[in-house]
Amino acid sequence: MSELEVNATVNGRAFRRRIEPRLLLSDFIRHEIGLTGTHVGCENGVCGACTVLLDGLATRACCTLAVQADGRNIETVESLGRLNNLSPLQRGFWEKHGLQCGYCTPGMLMLMTELLRENPNADRETIRTRLNDNICRCTGYEDIVSSVERAVELMRTERAAP
Amino acid sequence: MAEAGKILSPPAGRQKERPDQRLSVIGTRMLRKEDPRFLIGRGRFIDDISLPNMAHAAVLRSPHAHARIKSINKSAALALPGVVAVITGEDAAKETGPLPCFANPPVEQRCIALGKVRHVGEPVVLVVADSRYIAEDAIGLITVEYDPLPAVSDMMDAISSRGDAVLHPERGPDNVAEHRNYTFGPVEQEFAQAAHVIKRRLRWARSGGQPIETAGAVTSFDEGSGKFTIYVNGSMYNYIGFTIAAALKVASHHVNLVPMDAGGSFGSKLFLHKVAVLSAVGARAAGRPVKYIEDRIDNITACDNHGSDRIYDVELAVDASHRMTALRYKVVDDYGAYFQYGLGTHGNGFSQTVGPYKIRAVGAEIYAVFTNKCQQGACRGFGSEVTNFMIERIVDAAVDELGLDPIAFRRDNFIQPDEFPYQIPTGNLYDSGNYPGALDMALQMLDYDGWREKQQLARTQGRYVGIGVASCQEKSVFSATEFWMLNRVPGFALTSSPESASVKIDATGKAVISLHAPCWGNSPETVAAMVLAEQLTMDPADISVTYSDTDHGLPGTGPGGSRYTVMITGAVAGACMIIKEKLKRIAGHMLEAGPHDLEFRGGKIGVKGASGLEVSIAEVATQAHFFRLSLPDDPDLTSGLDANYTYDHPLATLPKSDSDFGIFYPIMGHMCHMPVVEVDAKTGQVSFLDYVAVHDCGTMINPMTVDGHVRGGTAQGIGTALLEQFQYDKNGQLLQTSLQDYLMPRIGNLPPQVRIGHLVTPSPYTEYGVKGAGEGGRMVAPPALACAIEDALRPLGVRLDTLPVTPTRLRALIREAEAKKGAVR
Repeated sequence: MSELEVNATVNGRAFRRRIEPRLLLSDFIRHEIGLTGTHVGCENGVCGACTVLLDGLATRACCTLAVQADGRNIETVESLGRLNNLSPLQRGFWEKHGLQCGYCTPGMLMLMTELLRENPNADRETIRTRLNDNICRCTGYEDIVSSVERAVELMRTERAAP
Repeated sequence: MAEAGKILSPPAGRQKERPDQRLSVIGTRMLRKEDPRFLIGRGRFIDDISLPNMAHAAVLRSPHAHARIKSINKSAALALPGVVAVITGEDAAKETGPLPCFANPPVEQRCIALGKVRHVGEPVVLVVADSRYIAEDAIGLITVEYDPLPAVSDMMDAISSRGDAVLHPERGPDNVAEHRNYTFGPVEQEFAQAAHVIKRRLRWARSGGQPIETAGAVTSFDEGSGKFTIYVNGSMYNYIGFTIAAALKVASHHVNLVPMDAGGSFGSKLFLHKVAVLSAVGARAAGRPVKYIEDRIDNITACDNHGSDRIYDVELAVDASHRMTALRYKVVDDYGAYFQYGLGTHGNGFSQTVGPYKIRAVGAEIYAVFTNKCQQGACRGFGSEVTNFMIERIVDAAVDELGLDPIAFRRDNFIQPDEFPYQIPTGNLYDSGNYPGALDMALQMLDYDGWREKQQLARTQGRYVGIGVASCQEKSVFSATEFWMLNRVPGFALTSSPESASVKIDATGKAVISLHAPCWGNSPETVAAMVLAEQLTMDPADISVTYSDTDHGLPGTGPGGSRYTVMITGAVAGACMIIKEKLKRIAGHMLEAGPHDLEFRGGKIGVKGASGLEVSIAEVATQAHFFRLSLPDDPDLTSGLDANYTYDHPLATLPKSDSDFGIFYPIMGHMCHMPVVEVDAKTGQVSFLDYVAVHDCGTMINPMTVDGHVRGGTAQGIGTALLEQFQYDKNGQLLQTSLQDYLMPRIGNLPPQVRIGHLVTPSPYTEYGVKGAGEGGRMVAPPALACAIEDALRPLGVRLDTLPVTPTRLRALIREAEAKKGAVR
């Protein structure tokens, strides 16, 4: 199969790859770029485990072709905080037990990253509404809502800090 | 025969750490040690494994429910560039035997179908190629000629099917996998004397764990050593992993199974032999490492993890003073095409088959049948969730028919707090409990009386509001000894179900714990670190946790049956006790004090009552590792600071007969759920107004993660009750093959808040009194919801005997009830 060149920015770094046009964005991120934090669950856009931000918009990487990301900006879970410097959202998930097996978590984090950029003061109801996009099989969601609510609080404190 | 009641001379326990001591780490809401790596996208899941020169496998699956394979033409697939191997069932069988089966006589199942397919989705050809994309292309180039056979889809038809409709003719002339009659206690006598006999036919539909991560394996085969290294996201590898070697027809030390973080299991990854064997077959044929990761269709149709699928005819004997005396049921269970755990899911139910009630006798007639469906596996509750549904539904039926109060009837029949340890008719023992206490806590938390008043008001407004109650058992810590009495022919009648921990303190005083079973999404690292921190007064930040592969593994049964927390608590505590002895001995030498005068405090070992006289664990560790000649000259005092400990099941006895299974599942949790729902009678939609969940899992290591399990399990139970179902049509075609069709709860399907209450009745048999809590919510929410919905629709007289209660089903029931009412008018 003939290959196409894709130029994409992933987490702020430019990547150039020659790929088959049928390659899924999820496979591109995981296996071409080597960022395995983005997970694949249902492979038809239902569960949202593969959610990444494509030019800032939450996108199902399992239902997107990598060539569609040409010239665009991809953000994955690896763009958030690191081990000793968790972002407020990650910190909120840790403090409020927003994860168990951790498999849907990267998708949840990216979905909520989009929400908190739109609305840094999102309340429980707003969080719940957006959370309906993704499936978590472990937590029953309630602790995820509390996690995001905690992140809002942490971000507010951060903004208030001199 | 086991006589029900309080045991007057309770079995001696081996509990060393009493529940009533003052604890500083256990019982705190410590943040999970597992979380940071997951939060930064650095979990280690099976698809994250990538080996040099690795090839990828895909599976061609049967489109037929039941057919003979006449021919397979693989030439076009083999000719496709990038294809490495195309393997049929016959090819695989040259070097590979049947898959493990725990029923006896076993039912032969192959990793790739041999001669015949028995369900839609069964593997027919394994393709190995340079990429998964090419492997899937190659699958499209394979032509298979099938000779269709009659498909058996209805479990009742299965009992009478003959001839070509029989799935395993070598096992008998029909599709009955097992037909067993069990009698526990004086069943006939109790029914003969009963004042009332309540009867119901109940239907529990097939659903499944469906974790977001599917199953998978990556295998490399080293021709030089003849050894397979298999990375797999299953459990039980240090328990029965050797059976995977047996399937590959190699010696067990020629297979090393490496555990992975599992992206959820809920039972479905209890023992993943199929993906492991498929990838190993591919690796052996390809001469390259092979990755096989199920896609969602693979997982749904053929991962062998569908749950129980049962029709019950239940009878309950009640005496004149409204005491339940005996329970009798006939159950048909649709096991699908194979029988990997035999009647295990019914044996599990026998551990708590009378629920929390003083029922004196139980009769069970079980038909396990074969149909052309994916075989059953484990699903959160392992069959006991259905037993709970059956008990609570027949209790509600008695309440309904006899005009009783649902709370008072339950309370009057409870085993009382002073009656433990209590033996139930099957021979199993309930170690401890306080069922009236849990009920009272739930009533109070819910404001039950207040809701009854609100319900009255709602009814006057034409609204259908219902309050449910379910009081259920949550058995924990299986011993597997019940399998002795489940197989028609005695099988591998084991009596061990241990769990091990290895603890090493390095020369700088940091600790590494090795566990011998994997992380399943529960919190084994947090639990192990908390127990070690408690034992040695260490900072949990100084403790890390790893998982052994089978080459380095000690006996470990693995998570499942709500056992892991209890068992690793025992194992880590046991290892710590050994290390503490050595630490004290060396510290005593350093401080010139006797070991009995020493205590652990704040990461140090000090002389009791002398605050300045102490050495840190790190200082002692340095001595232990590097300064042997400064220590007493005792050949037993070897260098280093480490210990292995294997913790056996805390309380199990040999089975006695098929009417007395002995003690096999005694660490008994309890829960009481009270949902308040509103039913929209026009749409059949159920919404939540409140939800109270009271759980008693004894001493909690970490109440935060227990809460998480309660909420998550309850969500799954709500899914089972309202949404989830695998349906096969009459031709054996599965109607839900993606998550678009198989509906799992989203946040909008669930109560905004599950209000949790904890009652703590510690086990007298486990370390610190811990009980398991992994399966709870799913084992109680379904009957609680059935009760609530029925209560909401009481003005219409709707009876709920079938799950799931989808809007379509509920509308049909409402229509039927309204028509009946109309006819009466």
